[in-house]
Amino acid sequence: MKRLYYILPLLVVAVLGGFFAVGLTLNSKDLPSVLINQKMPPLDLAPIKGSDRGLKTEDLLGTVSLVNVFGSWCIACKIEHPFLMKIKAQNRVPLHGIDWREKTPDDGPNWLARKGNPYILVGDDPVSKAAIALGVTGAPETFIIDYKGVIRYKVIGPMTEKIWQETVGPIINELRRVQAEELAGKNKQKGGTS
Amino acid sequence: MVVEAGHFSLILALFVAAAQAVVPLAGAARGNAAWMAFAKPAAISQFLLLAFSFAALTQAYIVSDFSVLNVVINSHSAKPMIYKITGVWANHEGSMLLWVLVLAGFGMAIAAFGRNLPPSLRARTLGVQALISVGFLLFIIFTSNPFERMLPPPADGQGMNPLLQDMGLALHPPFLYLGYVGFSVAFSFSIAALIEGRVDAAWARWVRPWTMVAWVFLTAGIALGSWWAYYELGWGGFWFWDPVENASFMPWLVGTALLHSAIVVEKRDSMRAWTVFLAIITFALSLLGTFMVRSGVLNSVHAFASDPTRGVFILVLLLLVTCGSLALFAWRGPTLKSPILFRPVSREGGLLLNNLLMSIGAAVVLLGSLYPLFLDAVGGGKVSVGSPFFNAVFLPLMVPMILAMAFGPMLNWKRGDLIGAAQRLRVAFAAMVLGAGAAWVMVTDGPVWGLVGSGLAAWLFVGTLVEIFERARHFKGGLAAGLRRLARMPRANWGMTLGHLGLAVVIMGITAAGAWKRESIQVMKPGQTVTLSGYDFKFEGARQGNGPNYFYTRGTFTVSRNGKPIVTLEPEKRTYPVRGTPTTEAAIYPLFTGDLYTVIADPEKDAKGKETGGYVTRLYFNPLVSWMWAGYLIMVFGGGISLSDRRYRIGAPVRKSKAAPVNASAKGA
Repeated sequence: MKRLYYILPLLVVAVLGGFFAVGLTLNSKDLPSVLINQKMPPLDLAPIKGSDRGLKTEDLLGTVSLVNVFGSWCIACKIEHPFLMKIKAQNRVPLHGIDWREKTPDDGPNWLARKGNPYILVGDDPVSKAAIALGVTGAPETFIIDYKGVIRYKVIGPMTEKIWQETVGPIINELRRVQAEELAGKNKQKGGTS
Repeated sequence: MVVEAGHFSLILALFVAAAQAVVPLAGAARGNAAWMAFAKPAAISQFLLLAFSFAALTQAYIVSDFSVLNVVINSHSAKPMIYKITGVWANHEGSMLLWVLVLAGFGMAIAAFGRNLPPSLRARTLGVQALISVGFLLFIIFTSNPFERMLPPPADGQGMNPLLQDMGLALHPPFLYLGYVGFSVAFSFSIAALIEGRVDAAWARWVRPWTMVAWVFLTAGIALGSWWAYYELGWGGFWFWDPVENASFMPWLVGTALLHSAIVVEKRDSMRAWTVFLAIITFALSLLGTFMVRSGVLNSVHAFASDPTRGVFILVLLLLVTCGSLALFAWRGPTLKSPILFRPVSREGGLLLNNLLMSIGAAVVLLGSLYPLFLDAVGGGKVSVGSPFFNAVFLPLMVPMILAMAFGPMLNWKRGDLIGAAQRLRVAFAAMVLGAGAAWVMVTDGPVWGLVGSGLAAWLFVGTLVEIFERARHFKGGLAAGLRRLARMPRANWGMTLGHLGLAVVIMGITAAGAWKRESIQVMKPGQTVTLSGYDFKFEGARQGNGPNYFYTRGTFTVSRNGKPIVTLEPEKRTYPVRGTPTTEAAIYPLFTGDLYTVIADPEKDAKGKETGGYVTRLYFNPLVSWMWAGYLIMVFGGGISLSDRRYRIGAPVRKSKAAPVNASAKGA
């Protein structure tokens, strides 16, 4: 019976270890999104204060683009921000933003005014309407949308040059190649019928 | 070339460590003296190889060798030299290299200072030490190699996270690691003792100084980290119950318990199995600390440097070490069982109570830190456990502990007299009432726990002084006679006294800064004044400029009290263009009664984005913060005094005559 006391710590640690193992898999950055390869849910987000155009799902059609979920309250977004500015400066891909869960309507616009606005269009999402539809777990998250408005990939956490080089960049190139092929095919068909 | 040599030296160190793990342990099992003796040269060469390896990486940072990936990612040619050097360990790979270097350093120290250890115990201790080394060297070489090349080399590096370009944080990791890794010595001694099946007073006497070394460094490391958070993060706070902070606090709590239970083993030959258990848990928590910070398992999704492979590797390592040693404990622990030869009210009883409360405290912190993970793992969603939980559960636990802290040293071994001790402590009771009363009179609108904290701090401080007063036998025969008695007091006792006094001062500082902090956040235009706790903060204006590798906005405040000027404070907000990240440099003026703390943020802009000339400013009055830092210093100093006790440097009592001259020569060398 006394011996049990000596074994007890081992059992406790074994259970803890199990939780850690599960925790590691849970929090892997490759957390799949259920929305991958599905059409972007229909959104019609109001513009943020000081701007006259919001973000609609239709705005995303026609070209490969990124949609970045951010908030002025989010520390990791601050870390990601310089890289987003780089995307804009180098014109790598159209980048849109969803301003998520601001406390006041001024917070998001002020943040962008202060730090620079890397986005083409920004939709306001104070009550998590879009965030829930998109299954956002935290900010920042970045969705890669193809020219038909289908979600193809999701980056969780701050995007970096490394992530760009390894995943985001190649995916965008591939999607652009597919787009060019499909459009060329359509044109040929059109040419054939007319 | 140097980089390749460093890399090669790292791999060589792995092989040396592997040999150091196998040969001495086998030698001790077979009673082969030559094999056991192999441990010493192996431990020394392992350290030298790792020292060379570390020097090679440092050299790559100093000359800004951008063909090394690690240097590219974490350094920049325009960085001040001091931060190029500290940059070596301000990143994952370099800090792990520092970790094993410190580990090997402790191994070498055991080899060098352990002449009076029984050969088999020394061989086994060094063997276990080397086993840990092997695990971490494999981890570094396979998942976190700091010597990885980048070809072709870029023109310049990507810089270092500006938050880390700071002296407080530059020194914080080495101290923390000396603490974490220092507990590996107590761990290795415990495993060796479990294998030998023998724990006695001599063993405790060898383990205690090593535990003290680790404790001193860990205390200093935690204090430095807290200090950094206080002035660099710019929120006016110094402890946030953040998982990373908790990771360093848990080994501190259990390590403190270990420090006290080892006393019982040494003096009374009791609580043996428990002490061995604490040594294992302390090191396991140190490893857990490394795991939590390095794997990103906790604030995972947006962690800075999380890499699943690394996380899995460290987790396996952690579980191997912990489960392996606890299995050994389950198997051999019962043989260490020692009779309980004391009453609940006794010196041992007091130390046991300290142990229990410290361990429960650590368990609470562990639970709070891991609860989000548990809930997430069972699908309960993501939550965060913050300071309300810890303040509500951890702080009340500390109340009985502080009450007991003054009693413990007043009680006799074996059987103490509680009523008698209480009578001798009546001055301390009076101090407690006075302390709480004084706080009540001075701060009428503070929370109740502010009064409790002040009372407890006064109780502990005066209670500890009472013990010293008694040791001087109430200065009977005049001041000189009393002082002579105190001068003869063992240094280890002075260590205890200073440690407890230091903690009393820390408690007062934490209580005051936590309970009676005043803050004010507003937009200020030049010329405006804000009054806080009777201090008038006048905003004189702000200007822009350039530092060595950053731009700054520097605000100027003149602080005065009743029209009498006190100081001019110039907080800065810095932007480091290489990374584009801003930092706040709070300007702090410490007074005896509290810190004047100022932070400047961005210029205010109107709806059109035009600057209005006003600035967002945060002003704080943090009472008695300097007391907290002073208290930490007293505690660390107390630990140092305790280490210099000559009894620690002499072996087991039976070996005294033989060991003393050997040690004297070692000291001379």
